[in-house]
Amino acid sequence: MAEQNAEHTARQDTAGTGERRPTVIADDLHIVYRVNGAKTGKGSATAALSRILKRGEERGVRKVHAVRGVSFVSYRGEAIGLIGSNGSGKSTLLRAIAGLLPAEKGKVYTDGQPSLLGVNAALMNDLTGERNVILGGLAMGMSREQIKERYQEIVDFSGINEKGDFITLPMRTYSSGMAARLRFSIAAAKDHDVLMIDEALATGDRKFQKRSEERIRELRKEAGTVFLVSHNNKSIRDTCNRVLWLERGELRMDGPTEEVLKEYEKFTGK
Amino acid sequence: MSAIPSPDEGLTPAELAARYGLAVSGARPSLVEYVRQLWSRRHFILAFSQAKLTAQYSQAKLGQLWQVATPLLNAAVYYFIFGIILHASRGMSHDVYIPFLVTGVFVFTFTQSSVMSGVRAISGNLGLVRALHFPRASLPVSFSLQQLQQLLFSMIVLFLVAIGFGSYPGMSWLLIVPVLVLQFLFNTGLALIVARMGAKTPDLAQLMPFVLRTWMYTSGVMFSISKMMADRPEWAVRLLQVNPAAIYMDLMRFALIDGYGASNLPPHVWAIAVFWAVAVFAGGFVYFWKAEERYGRG
Repeated sequence: MAEQNAEHTARQDTAGTGERRPTVIADDLHIVYRVNGAKTGKGSATAALSRILKRGEERGVRKVHAVRGVSFVSYRGEAIGLIGSNGSGKSTLLRAIAGLLPAEKGKVYTDGQPSLLGVNAALMNDLTGERNVILGGLAMGMSREQIKERYQEIVDFSGINEKGDFITLPMRTYSSGMAARLRFSIAAAKDHDVLMIDEALATGDRKFQKRSEERIRELRKEAGTVFLVSHNNKSIRDTCNRVLWLERGELRMDGPTEEVLKEYEKFTGK
Repeated sequence: MSAIPSPDEGLTPAELAARYGLAVSGARPSLVEYVRQLWSRRHFILAFSQAKLTAQYSQAKLGQLWQVATPLLNAAVYYFIFGIILHASRGMSHDVYIPFLVTGVFVFTFTQSSVMSGVRAISGNLGLVRALHFPRASLPVSFSLQQLQQLLFSMIVLFLVAIGFGSYPGMSWLLIVPVLVLQFLFNTGLALIVARMGAKTPDLAQLMPFVLRTWMYTSGVMFSISKMMADRPEWAVRLLQVNPAAIYMDLMRFALIDGYGASNLPPHVWAIAVFWAVAVFAGGFVYFWKAEERYGRG
């Protein structure tokens, strides 16, 4: 364990000036989702009406306390894996760090603008891959010149054109693997201060997975911090040097990859 | 257990953040900063609106031809119902009434669809709002811009109709540009307002069509307010005429149709048009910005 800690520190020191600069500070963070119309009980129109009439403490709205009091500090040069069973609040935590979900209590401080590797939402299936590259790039805040510069790189990385001229076809004609590869390629094209990846590595074939892991290591070198959510312990081992383990919205463990994964595997009975 | 000794040991998170110049994530920027951010996203706003416009008809066999065919069919349906069945022309000659009706339908549809897409701008794009970082006003602005481009396609039809019924291009057609600019500002302001309301209460999307239809029937889309209300007191006529939708429609008709003279316009019509555009746009923008950090909560 001491050995791992030493390695952990050493890696951070090689990144940057040697001074440990925090990139993300989460301070007792709580996230609560409000879900409309998911109130337990009758879902009929009359029930809805009576709920409106009985306006109490936000009736008809159910609260989901997804993250409960998580605190941690991440530093430049770290690649942090987020693990935990389904519904443990991993993705929610990422969104909160990115400032996309408002915190109920507590605060997140960040250096620069953390970005989620989630350009998917901006892409349109009815448009060609080509136009989606441009649209996705713009949505991430790249300039037109930057996109023009990187366009070929993105297409080559995605490997979309390896089997013919697919980039000029609408995205709805792509296989799910191809679409996922293009999405990852677009998202990974930008240099980010803090990059967050939500189970993106599970997509694509083995060759593409290798290439994306490579790209993530590169991004980590160029940028500050990489966060990676994954259920694949191997890809966490390959890319991350620190792991946060979330369970029921609480931070259960925080430490070097091997140490946390060993406990996690014991917990999941692997 | 992973605590690595560091010189920052013992600082509270807030102090640590202050020491390294970290900012609170997702905080609302100042109004000036917000405008700057929005401006830097202008390429995205434009590309997004164009992409939406293209995606609309990409599965249709006739493709982008529908951009022009849809408004043309709309105009034909309204002409059939109001011109032939209901005789809503009220003494207007055929040559005036048909362009009058088509202009009304197109100009009102511009406002109507801006509002409708505005209501869903945030609530219908939560995926985008929750995945990427950009000033949220980009969405309603982008949707109004999409409607503006849609209107420009409709204008082709409108020009043909006007020429077909004897109103030829002249100097007055230049007035179309300021009218469009003012109406676009007004629509965008309105879209920003309903976007914030729709983000909090998605039910508005269900309610809006009724509100908009009522608005349409009181705005004189198919009939001339001054002719329809001829036997009513003047203040009632004026009240209906200062309605922003009626103002922009009347100005567009005045610019386009030869037989539709200044006598059909209320006094100070340009001042009112500018007032609506500036007031609603500025008010809507500030109103939308005030809730910037809360969009996407769901």
